[in-house]
Amino acid sequence: MPELSYREAVRDALAQAMRADDGVFIMGEDIAEMGGSMGVTQGLLDEFGPERVRNTPISEMAIVGAGIGAAMAGMRPVVEIMYEDFLTLSLEQIVNQAAKHRYMSGGQLTVPLTIRTQGGAGWSPGAQHAQQLEAWLCHVPGLKVLYPSTPEDVRGLLWSSIHDDNPVVFFEHRLLYPVKGEVPDELEPLPIGKARVVRTGTDVTVVAIGPLVHRALDAAKQAEAEGISVEVIDPRTLQPLDEDTLVASVKKTNRAVVAHEAVTKMGFGAEVAAVLQYQAFDYLDAPIERVGAKFAPLAFAPVMEQFVVPHAEDVLAAIKRTVGK
Amino acid sequence: MAKVEKTPALNAETLQHFLAEMLLIRRFEEKVEERFRAGELPGFLHVAIGQEAVAVGVCQAMAEQDIFASTHRAHGHTLARGTDPKAVMAELYGKVEGCSHGYGGSMHLYDVARGNYGANAVIGGGLPAVTGAGLAFKLRNEPRVAVAFFGDGSTNIGTFHESLNLAQLWKTKTLFVCENNHWAESTPGWQHSPVWDDMSKRALAYDMRSMKVDGQDVEDVYAKASEALEFVRAGEGPVFLDVETKRMHGHYIGDPQVYRSKEDREDAAAHDPIERLRDRLGVDEEAFEALDREAHRIVDEALEFAQNGTDPQPEDALRNVYAD
Repeated sequence: MPELSYREAVRDALAQAMRADDGVFIMGEDIAEMGGSMGVTQGLLDEFGPERVRNTPISEMAIVGAGIGAAMAGMRPVVEIMYEDFLTLSLEQIVNQAAKHRYMSGGQLTVPLTIRTQGGAGWSPGAQHAQQLEAWLCHVPGLKVLYPSTPEDVRGLLWSSIHDDNPVVFFEHRLLYPVKGEVPDELEPLPIGKARVVRTGTDVTVVAIGPLVHRALDAAKQAEAEGISVEVIDPRTLQPLDEDTLVASVKKTNRAVVAHEAVTKMGFGAEVAAVLQYQAFDYLDAPIERVGAKFAPLAFAPVMEQFVVPHAEDVLAAIKRTVGK
Repeated sequence: MAKVEKTPALNAETLQHFLAEMLLIRRFEEKVEERFRAGELPGFLHVAIGQEAVAVGVCQAMAEQDIFASTHRAHGHTLARGTDPKAVMAELYGKVEGCSHGYGGSMHLYDVARGNYGANAVIGGGLPAVTGAGLAFKLRNEPRVAVAFFGDGSTNIGTFHESLNLAQLWKTKTLFVCENNHWAESTPGWQHSPVWDDMSKRALAYDMRSMKVDGQDVEDVYAKASEALEFVRAGEGPVFLDVETKRMHGHYIGDPQVYRSKEDREDAAAHDPIERLRDRLGVDEEAFEALDREAHRIVDEALEFAQNGTDPQPEDALRNVYAD
């Protein structure tokens, strides 16, 4: 199997989707000649030209909104919001428009729009370029929310998002772009709404998303050395959530940790914890642990930033608490 | 610039048809007001009494394949575009037979088969999508235009500026129709915009072609809209119609309009587009009454249809959240 970086995997999914369907086009800030602020779309302008690889003004409402209109008119646009912090600027269009046209029209319209964005801490971008806001979007009926963590998943799920008839908000993490992984020779579309068991174990289930999948795997290795067998599950799709896979795992392990980089309070992990305690209440041997960022914006100074965000050690500590070690 | 052929003068028969359409919208909205005040209709209702010539003039000028998006004041646009008054009325009653099947209501009238991509209850909320639809038509090289209706109150919100900028930059097939009634709810134009008496300056800022339109004169609306649509359709770029119009009633039904002078209300009443067209055509009392009877008949029929419509099942609320 070939190896691709996460960045290359995103680019490959975009390119393959554009080759397969003239209705797919991409637009966003600095995505053409520059290839995007993270270099994800490099080379696409050369292959597909400026009509289908569109540099936009700095206009997040119009970027998303024009994507909505083109989608309703039969295209499959993929728009890029350079940093997920800037989703806040386009939120009206995402929440009131993209998520609701199908509903308000009584099923007459579809909005096959994919909104790609990225963010995350770990390189001191400061409080307005590093937030993790995926939970905000999960709360809105009508949206699908994805957050893949590996090259294989990001490629297969981006393809599926582009071909889904619903608006999809697709989160990528800045630190994952250089991460390499094996991918199938041919792009294999992956089902939206299906979790992946990344590592099997018997003592504790860690439900992790984004970069925390990798940190959870590190923690699992360390835990193993201490005799704790950890199962790691990546939901990949946050909305809709594959509750069955999560619940089945916890019924087996009887303990759960939920981990994400976003702030813990009111986060995605709270929903997962609620699902698990309700559906697997009698199976739980310990309180469900949550791992996430402390409740503060992300500071610039690296020591402060790193203090706020969760690390493998935080996941490991949570794992140990669930088994009383 | 595209060669724009002058729109031929409308014949009397066509204008008679316009008059009937405007009268239907007027009687429809008067009935809606009446039923709302009687407590029969849920939600918010905003009528566009006084602005019928804008709806009819623009919608009649549009081609079959064109689409539009509207605002919270959308009954007129929807009816003028040919949606069955029964389906519109049924929607106001929240019935399954409604044009949005009860999911939308007065502020979210849709009829995709007739190019109605939705009325929007967020001021300026629909403008980026109309720009994007115009982009799709351009990318696919289709002779279609996406039309945005919005009020002068929309011209201060970010989506308006971002949309005009993007549309002109990319020359999308989009027509912007500013229904400038000089009121943003209760706030007069002079309190909300430095260019309230000349909205075309907004278009000028984006190097967009603009045209001033007398929104109380359906002939002028039709002629300018036709010219603009032809220009947009040819791919020459978007056009901004600065349509001066009059809101004869309040912002919402029941609005006491404490903020509005008697003179302003009288001025609006004196510029009734229906009276104007009637005078222009020299329609006598008898002929007008015949038209009016027909409008009332259609509205009464729509009302009866809506009142006897089917209520959705409560659990239908969980359908249509996602496409399969």
